[in-house]
Amino acid sequence: MSAPGRNSQDRILLDPTAETHPAARARVPRLESLSGKTVGLLDISKPRGDLFLDRIEAGLNAQGATVRRYQKPTFTKPAPADLRAEIANQCDAVIEALAD
Amino acid sequence: MSNAPPVAGSVGATPEATPETERPALPDGVVAFVKRDCPTCVTLLPALAQLRAAGVALTIYTQDDPVFPEGLDPTDDTSLRRSWHYDIEAVPTLLRVEKGSEVERAVGWQRGEWEALSGVTDLGLDLPEWRPGCGSLSVDPDREAELAARFGGSVLRARRVELGAAEDPFEAMWNRGWSDGLPLVPPTAERVMQMLGGTTRKPDEVVAVVPPNLAPCSVEKIAINAVMAGCRPEYLPVVIAAVEAACTDAFNMHGLLATTMGAGPVLVVNGPIRRVIGMNAGINALGQGNRANLTIGRALQLVVRNVGGGLPGEVDRATFGNPGKLSFCFAEDEEDSPWTPLSTDLGFDAGIDTVTLFPGEGPRNVVDQISRTPESLARSLAVNLRTVQHPKMAMAFDCMLVIGPEHARVFHQAGWDKAKLLEALHANLMLPGRELIRGADGIEEGLPEALRDATIPKFRPGGILIVHAGGRAGLFSAIIGGWVNGDKGSQPVIQEIHA
Repeated sequence: MSAPGRNSQDRILLDPTAETHPAARARVPRLESLSGKTVGLLDISKPRGDLFLDRIEAGLNAQGATVRRYQKPTFTKPAPADLRAEIANQCDAVIEALAD
Repeated sequence: MSNAPPVAGSVGATPEATPETERPALPDGVVAFVKRDCPTCVTLLPALAQLRAAGVALTIYTQDDPVFPEGLDPTDDTSLRRSWHYDIEAVPTLLRVEKGSEVERAVGWQRGEWEALSGVTDLGLDLPEWRPGCGSLSVDPDREAELAARFGGSVLRARRVELGAAEDPFEAMWNRGWSDGLPLVPPTAERVMQMLGGTTRKPDEVVAVVPPNLAPCSVEKIAINAVMAGCRPEYLPVVIAAVEAACTDAFNMHGLLATTMGAGPVLVVNGPIRRVIGMNAGINALGQGNRANLTIGRALQLVVRNVGGGLPGEVDRATFGNPGKLSFCFAEDEEDSPWTPLSTDLGFDAGIDTVTLFPGEGPRNVVDQISRTPESLARSLAVNLRTVQHPKMAMAFDCMLVIGPEHARVFHQAGWDKAKLLEALHANLMLPGRELIRGADGIEEGLPEALRDATIPKFRPGGILIVHAGGRAGLFSAIIGGWVNGDKGSQPVIQEIHA
């Protein structure tokens, strides 16, 4: 093997990364008001996440929002694509609950 | 090693477009490849001179000395570009070329062949009838990888990162975020081509989708990271199998990476390949000092880091982590084991090369130097196993138990096989709910009060994996605790290793 720098090829390395770039997407406009809107509450299946979300639900209802509850099968894996699509189709906003 | 002069830009930003990677045309007529260092080539000079004198359109490419053979107007192929692209394996080789394409080839010297190919008769009548050639420099094992990278570079798809003249490659790799904190071997095209020689799989074959970014990962990307990790080419099949196993839904590398718990992939290698590539299953098997053990585990983690984008502090949220997240890979000591290997416990025939991934923490030593009965030693191991994650938690975590040779001997001498030991361990780990519930022993952590009267197994069925490894001295075993198990977390995953 040549000493580094002696051979021009030693100064060219192969990229070990996936060479991907994050896609930039515009944010959905912020809701003016929660009144009459549907808000999804996603329980990631951590213990006692339901208690936390019960409180949030009560608060949202008080502001006139309709609440729909969702749950991931396990907190250790990303939400399944179908679940993500369901939330996007049915809700104006979503709150994801991390609790322990 | 590089005798050939450096050629600037030979592997550039667009390697496919550089002439070196394209097969150069040959002139029509008869083409000879020779080198001065080959006695047969030297002997044959009169025959070559005869061809030239007979008016044959003869081009002579010389591999080692631009002026050889003197007086016959040789063409310089000391870069070996033509020799490599035309797969010259021995010199002399004679080709007949028509319209730029090879139509006939004679390797070595055989009068009849040369006469038929060139159309010139009575060639080299003073020479022996037949002489074998010598090895072509283009297939010299010392130069194979260099030449493959230079002339065959177009098989490599990865982006080329050209360093500045004043950049130190080691600092440059660090600055680009490729490192796990330790120095890396620079992944030059030459080293990556050499690494790819360790597998029969095509460089562009996608073998896994790597979390957390769910990035498709080719054999080439694994090879690049294996070079950086310090692997030898013969380790590559193990690394590829490990990447495949890690990226299954069952192993759930995403969750294992993202969790605040400290576990990471622990690799156990079974089968003949352990010995072929020189892995350590004996003294200090879980420690430092063996290149294969250390670099295979490291290569997997570098793939997760660089291809998957799994960085500590980003998706990796471990509170503590553990040193094994640099690399935690070892071989089972099958030869001295009284028991079947882990791979057969998980459904493979003995003799098949496999790698098993277990989601585990760092190992912890269990000392029992007194037990000489299997009953006592099983109880002794069980009380230690109870502490995995917390003595008052049950069922949520698996474990790997590495039985040292001296402990294995106690069981073996009493006629206990692995199944018998597992049965005893599980029996000793049936825990009364009253000891596990919240508040028991003055400790708030624990299981719900409702389980007070239940009897609860510490581990789920199949939740203890037994491996035989370690040095022959020391009445010890080692416990590697797992993290969240089953469908909710990670399953141990075994993967066959293919060449």
